Amino acid sequence: MTLGGIFSYLVFFLIFTGIYAVMTLALNMQRGFAGLFNIGIAGFWAVGSYTSAIMTTPPSAEHLGGYNLPFVLGLLAAGLVAALLAFLIGIPTIKLREDYLGIATIGIAEIIRLVIKNEEWLSNGVRGIAGIPKPMAGFLGHNYNIFFLLIVVLIIAIFFYLSEKGINSPWGRVLRAIREEEEVVKAAGKNVVRYRMEAFVLGAFMMGVGGALYAHFTSFISPEAFKPMQATFLVWIMLIIGGSANNFGSLVGALLTWGIWTGTEFLTGMLPAAYTTQASALRVILIGVFLEIILLSRPQGLFGEKKYSASSSKS
Amino acid sequence: MAVQLFLNGVILGSIIALGAIGLSLIYGILKFGHFAHGDLMTLGAYFAFLFKVQLALPFWLAFILAAMLTALVAIILNFVLYRHLRKRDSVIVMISSVGAALIIRNIILLFWGPQNKFYDKAIQMPIILGDGFLRIKENQIVILILALILVIAVHLFLTRTKLGKAMRAMADNIDLAQITGINTERVIIWTWAMSGVLTAAAGILLAFDTHLTPVMGWNLLLPLFAAVILGGIGSPYGAMFGGLVIGISQEMSTLVISAAYKPAVAFTIMILMLIIKPSGLMGKKVS
Repeated sequence: MTLGGIFSYLVFFLIFTGIYAVMTLALNMQRGFAGLFNIGIAGFWAVGSYTSAIMTTPPSAEHLGGYNLPFVLGLLAAGLVAALLAFLIGIPTIKLREDYLGIATIGIAEIIRLVIKNEEWLSNGVRGIAGIPKPMAGFLGHNYNIFFLLIVVLIIAIFFYLSEKGINSPWGRVLRAIREEEEVVKAAGKNVVRYRMEAFVLGAFMMGVGGALYAHFTSFISPEAFKPMQATFLVWIMLIIGGSANNFGSLVGALLTWGIWTGTEFLTGMLPAAYTTQASALRVILIGVFLEIILLSRPQGLFGEKKYSASSSKS
Repeated sequence: MAVQLFLNGVILGSIIALGAIGLSLIYGILKFGHFAHGDLMTLGAYFAFLFKVQLALPFWLAFILAAMLTALVAIILNFVLYRHLRKRDSVIVMISSVGAALIIRNIILLFWGPQNKFYDKAIQMPIILGDGFLRIKENQIVILILALILVIAVHLFLTRTKLGKAMRAMADNIDLAQITGINTERVIIWTWAMSGVLTAAAGILLAFDTHLTPVMGWNLLLPLFAAVILGGIGSPYGAMFGGLVIGISQEMSTLVISAAYKPAVAFTIMILMLIIKPSGLMGKKVS
């Protein structure tokens, strides 16, 4: 591989790391700070991807719309629709024990997959949506990926800043207090369900935006484009490795996990081509065993929970 | 048509019920949703494939061996993972079970590949009753009889044996059970064993009705949880009833909605139950 080849691969690698980092920051908002159990990340991801695709593609007979809107509006719409979905799931489940939310999110992710697969008028079914616009692609030519990486980094920076700001505010303190001692917070007269719901909806918004980034980068999405449980699972590993309730850890966790995941691809790539199915199965087994080892030996992740002192609040 | 769908629903429902009994007991006793339950079901079905087709053993023997082996895997999962993680946050145990689910499914993919497999390739002619009014395959009659025998066995076990009573007591209130001198660790191991056997049975019967695929159990996970929540977490009888209701509703729903959305039916029933009565029909109150 030439030096230029290595560089462009690195950019490609970092873009995917970045998209996953958005998802991990989002999950950290839900799970790390609010203790919420979301294993339907792929559902919010898909909703974000499809919403932005429908919003930004030119009019098409194959799926809903094609509303030809600018990229930024596509991202925003993706976040909002994913947030709305979270709100609707949250109504019946968020006041119950965390496992109910887990089961409900897995269910909604499955139903979203069924809708995307079967409702051709909406999503063009299994054929998927192609030609999702890459912002400013015509203008930038072959340096495009570097530009896209900058967009991803910008989004991460915004989410990171807002998340840190939020968690250090009185709102964030209540949230963390709920996670630790729900009864005490209730006794203090706070509406626990409302705080939880807000964290869930905010996280879902970020996931929707992450999904939109994925759609615009790959420029093609279909129900089979990625494996939902695998994607969800990777984000969870990223969060656990980085340490729950630690935004910085989330970023490092995303980088490390995506690195390991890509590394296993090189490893299994050495197997003969006839073994592709076995190779991809082996990758999932390896990453699964890796997670179990982390859970058993280092449950707090690499960085543990960041200490947020009450006085660090500026509000 | 409706009667036929109802019958299909009863068959699917008994399979869901078998899987849901173990899921509900584990949920009640260990206080976590076991997300690898569906894949344990698949594993049971593939073990039976190994013994029946690859090693050419008789079906009954393959059934017993597969059930025992699946029980062993369930015990090992508990021993290696859940026993250590249980004392921490329940989300950690649950995510670990999601990991176990993915590992099991991909081990199956690794050894048996993604293609559909069959216990018996011969095509069965359905028995036609009442001038084509009702069609049932011989296999399906066997499924119904086996499911009924297993459910009766579970009932006798839970009501007549000391171990079974201890399981129910623990699912009801683990602290109280501990005070009365029940050896909780031992009961937990037996609960996993029983769940393993029932789950394998559910998987084998499902494959017996249709075919084997690596995602067969995963696709039933949502109906399994819906059955457990409908019946009330920790209630084995609730799980049986919940399984039948979910199975019948899924099949009957094809009268009004596209068959592609069958899993959505289980989900909708579950959400409605969570809104109306989160503790389920026969469960105790949950916070």
